[in-house]
Amino acid sequence: MREKELEKLKDYKYGFSTDIETIKAPKGLNEEVIKFISNIKKEPDWMLDWRLKAFNRLKVLKEPSWQKPKYPKIDYQDIYYYSAPKSASEKPKNLEDLDPKILETYNKLGIPLQEQKRLNGIAVDAVFDSVSVATTFKDKLTEKGIIFCSISEAIQKYPDLVKKYLGSVIPITDHYFATLNSAVFTDGSFVYVPPNTRCPMELSTYFRINASDTGQFERTLIIADKGSYVSYLEGCTAPMRDENQLHAANVELVALDDAEIKYSTVQNWYPGDKEGKGGIYNFVTKRGLCKGNNSKISWTQVETGSAITWKYPSCVLKGDNSIGEFYSIAITNNYQKADTGTKMIHLGKNTKSKIISKGISAGFSDMTYRGLVDISTKANNSSNYTQCDSLLMGNKCGAHTVPYIKNKNSESNIAHEATTSKISEDQLHYCQQRGLNSEEAVGLIVNGFCKEVLQQLPMEFAVEAQKLVGISLEGSVG
Amino acid sequence: METQLKNDFEKMVKTSSFSKKDIDKKKIHLKEFIKKGFPNRKLENWKFSDISQIIKKNIGDLNYYNDYSLPNKIESSIFKIGLEHNKIVFINGRIEKIEFNYEDKNKINILDKVELEDKTKFENSLIDLNNAFINKYYKIVVKENYVLKKPLIIYHTTNKNLNLKNINLRLDFLLKENSCLKLIDMSDDLSEKNFINTIYNFELGKDSILKNYKIDQKTNGNIKYSFNNIEQDLNSVSETFILSSGSSFIKNEINCNLNGKYSSAFINGIFSLNEKRHHEIRTSVNHLIDNTKSYQLIKSVLENDSKSVYQGKIFVNSDAQKTDGYQLSKAILLSENAEFNAKPELEIYADDVKCSHGSASGSLNQDSIFYLMSRGLNYKQAKELLINGFLLDVVEKITDSEIRNLIKNLIGTKE
Repeated sequence: MREKELEKLKDYKYGFSTDIETIKAPKGLNEEVIKFISNIKKEPDWMLDWRLKAFNRLKVLKEPSWQKPKYPKIDYQDIYYYSAPKSASEKPKNLEDLDPKILETYNKLGIPLQEQKRLNGIAVDAVFDSVSVATTFKDKLTEKGIIFCSISEAIQKYPDLVKKYLGSVIPITDHYFATLNSAVFTDGSFVYVPPNTRCPMELSTYFRINASDTGQFERTLIIADKGSYVSYLEGCTAPMRDENQLHAANVELVALDDAEIKYSTVQNWYPGDKEGKGGIYNFVTKRGLCKGNNSKISWTQVETGSAITWKYPSCVLKGDNSIGEFYSIAITNNYQKADTGTKMIHLGKNTKSKIISKGISAGFSDMTYRGLVDISTKANNSSNYTQCDSLLMGNKCGAHTVPYIKNKNSESNIAHEATTSKISEDQLHYCQQRGLNSEEAVGLIVNGFCKEVLQQLPMEFAVEAQKLVGISLEGSVG
Repeated sequence: METQLKNDFEKMVKTSSFSKKDIDKKKIHLKEFIKKGFPNRKLENWKFSDISQIIKKNIGDLNYYNDYSLPNKIESSIFKIGLEHNKIVFINGRIEKIEFNYEDKNKINILDKVELEDKTKFENSLIDLNNAFINKYYKIVVKENYVLKKPLIIYHTTNKNLNLKNINLRLDFLLKENSCLKLIDMSDDLSEKNFINTIYNFELGKDSILKNYKIDQKTNGNIKYSFNNIEQDLNSVSETFILSSGSSFIKNEINCNLNGKYSSAFINGIFSLNEKRHHEIRTSVNHLIDNTKSYQLIKSVLENDSKSVYQGKIFVNSDAQKTDGYQLSKAILLSENAEFNAKPELEIYADDVKCSHGSASGSLNQDSIFYLMSRGLNYKQAKELLINGFLLDVVEKITDSEIRNLIKNLIGTKE
C-alpha cells in the first residue's frame, strides 16, 4: 500500500497533503456562508454588502459552456468555501510563531520561508488553502512605502485603496466564475506601489490547496501608482486527490501613468493521475488595466498543471501609448485539458500589444489557444503582433488555435501567425547521435521551442520553469 | 413568424404536387426551423453576423410562399458575357432554363426527381428552411471520363416583382470518376429586400475536378446566404473562388470534406465592399484522411462603413497524417468606420502535419503611396495601383485562364 502511495508521489512531487487541523465554513453556497466568511475575517460592513451584491447577481447568472474542454457539472453546494489552518485564526506575528507543520510543507515545496529571507531576496506571501499565513520581508518594503499584505489585511488597514480599486477591473457583474469569486473570495495578496517607486525585489505568492473538497478562491489586487514598477510572481501546487477541486481566483492589475507591472505565473496544480482521475479545475480570471498613459502590463505564464486550465489573462489598454504583453507556455500531458490565451483590448491611441504563445500537447491531452485582439474605433495608430505555435506529440492529442481578430480602426495594424508541427525526426536524430537519450533530446528541443517565453521569466523562476517543462513531458515520447 | 410560416407552408403544399412522403419530410424540416428560428449571434458560427437581426432590420416580415405556376420572361440582356457557355437560369427562384448546348447529351444526366434527406447533417436552421420550402430541385450528373467543353453559368436573377420574399434554391452535382466541371454563379438582381437561401451539394468522384466560381457584383439590397457542401474522393480537386461585393449582406459558407487520399481543396476570395455592406465567408475544411491538402486566401478592401468577416477553420482528424493546410487573410481598411473581423481556426488531432495560418489587417502602406507619388502618380492613382496589386494576387490563383480574364475585367484589375 505504502509503496503504491510512493509510486504515485513520484509522478507529482507536490502531491503530499499536510495533516493539520482546519476551520471550515459549513459546506455549500448561501448567504450564511458568505456572512460566515466575512465575519471570521472581521470585515467591515461595506465589504459584506459588496459580497452579497455579487452573490445576488450570481443567482441569475448561468455557468458558461462555450469552452472546448467539457467537464462534469460542478455541484457548488458540495464545496467548502472557507478552510483555514486552525492555528491561523490568531495570525502569527512572525515566522517563528508559525505551525511547524506548515513550515515543513513549504520546505517540501522548495520555498523555505526562512531561507528565502536571506538567499533569494524575494518577499513571499504564502496562501495556504484560504488564508495568507505569513508574509516575509515586510519591513524592507514598508521602508519604501510599498504595501504588500494579504487582501483581508488590506481591507481593514487600507479600506480607501481597496474600495477604489477592488472590482474596478473585474466588476461583480462579470462572468460566472469571477462573480463567484467576488462573493466568496477568502484571501489573496494586495500590493500597492507608491508613485515613482521601483519595487526593489520580486514579490511572490505561493498558493496551495490542502484540504479536500475545498475550493480556492483567492483574490489578488495589484496597483502600480504613477511611474512605479513592480514584478510579481505566483506559483501554485495542490496535493493529489481523486476528486476534482475548483480553483476560481481573480487577479486584478491596475497600472497608472507611466507605471509597469510584470506578472509571472508558474502554475503546477495537481493535473490528475495518468488515467485522468482527479486534478484541479483552474478557472481563473486575470485582467490588467493600463489605466494611465504610457503604462505597461506584461503577463508571463507557464502552465503545466491542472486537469483543466481555462483562463485568459487580459490587458485593457485604456491609456494612450500603453503596452500589453502576453507570453505563455502551456503544456498538457496525459488527460489534461487547457483552453487558454489572452485578450488585448485596445482603447487608447498608439497602444501596442504582443502575444507569444507556445502550446505543447502530449499523451491524450487537448490544448486550445483562444485569443482576442480588439482594436476599437478610437485606438488610432495601434498595433498588435500575435504568434502562436503548437507542438504535438503523438496522434492521440489535439492542438487547436482559435483567434478572434477585430479591427475597427483603419490606422491600426494587426498581424497574426500560427503554426502547428511536431518535433522533427532530424532534430531528434541529431541530439541522440550526440549522446542524449530520447527524453533529454525532447526536453532540449522543447526548451528551445519555449525559449522566447522562458526568457521573460525572472531568473529564479526561469530555472524552475525549465525543469518543470522537462518533468511535465516525461514519458510522453516513445 | 410561426403562423406566417405555417400558413405559407399550407399554401405551398396546396398549389404544388409533392408526394405524400415529401410533404411529411418537409413538415419535419419546418418544425425544426420553427424551433430554431433564424440563427443569431449566440451561435458561434454567427457571432459576427447576426442574420436574424439583419433580416428584422432590413426586411421585417418575410413571405415564404412563392407562386411558381407561371413562367417568367427571360431578358436576354443578362447573357452579356462574351463567353460560350452552358446555362441554368433561375428567375425569382424558379428554374426557367437548363441548356447544355455545347455538350454531349449522353454524358450529362439531369435528374429532377430527387428525394429529400430525412435529416440534415448540419446543425443549421437555414438548411431546414431550405428543405421545407424548396419547390423543385435538380441533380446534375457528369458521367465518367467526361470533361465539359464549356463552363456552366448559373444565372441567379431576380426582378422588381419580387419583394419581401424568401427564396430557396438548391442544386446537387455529382461528378463521376475522372470528370471535370467548371461552374460560374452569376447574380443579377433588380430586386431589393428579399432573403435568398442557396444550397449546393457537390460529390466529387475519384480524380474529378470541380472549379466553382461565385460572382456577386451587382449592387442590390438583398440578404443572401449560400451554403456549399463539397465531398471529395481520392485524388479529386476542388477550387472555389468567391467575389463578394454587390449584395447588402451575403454569407458564403463552404464546407469541404476531404474523404479520399491525395484530394485537395482551394478556397480563394475577394471582398470588395463599400457603403454599409456586410459580407462574410466562413469555411470549414475537414481533413479526414492522410495526404490531403488545402489552401485558403481571402483578401478584403473595405470602404465607408462596410464590414467583412472571415471565419476559416481547418480540422485535421487523428488519421489525417501528412496534412498540409494553409490559411491567409488580409484586409485593407480604407475608411475610419470600416471593420474587419477574422477567426482563423485550427483544430488538429494528428501530429505529423503542416498547418499554419496568418492574418493581417491595416491601412494602405503610406511608404508605398509616397514611393508611387514621388514617381509622378497622383494620390488616387497610387491608391488604385496598390489595391489593384493587392487583389490581383487572389485573382491570379484562378486556374482557368478564360474565367480569370473574365473576372479581371469585371473588377477592373489589370496586370
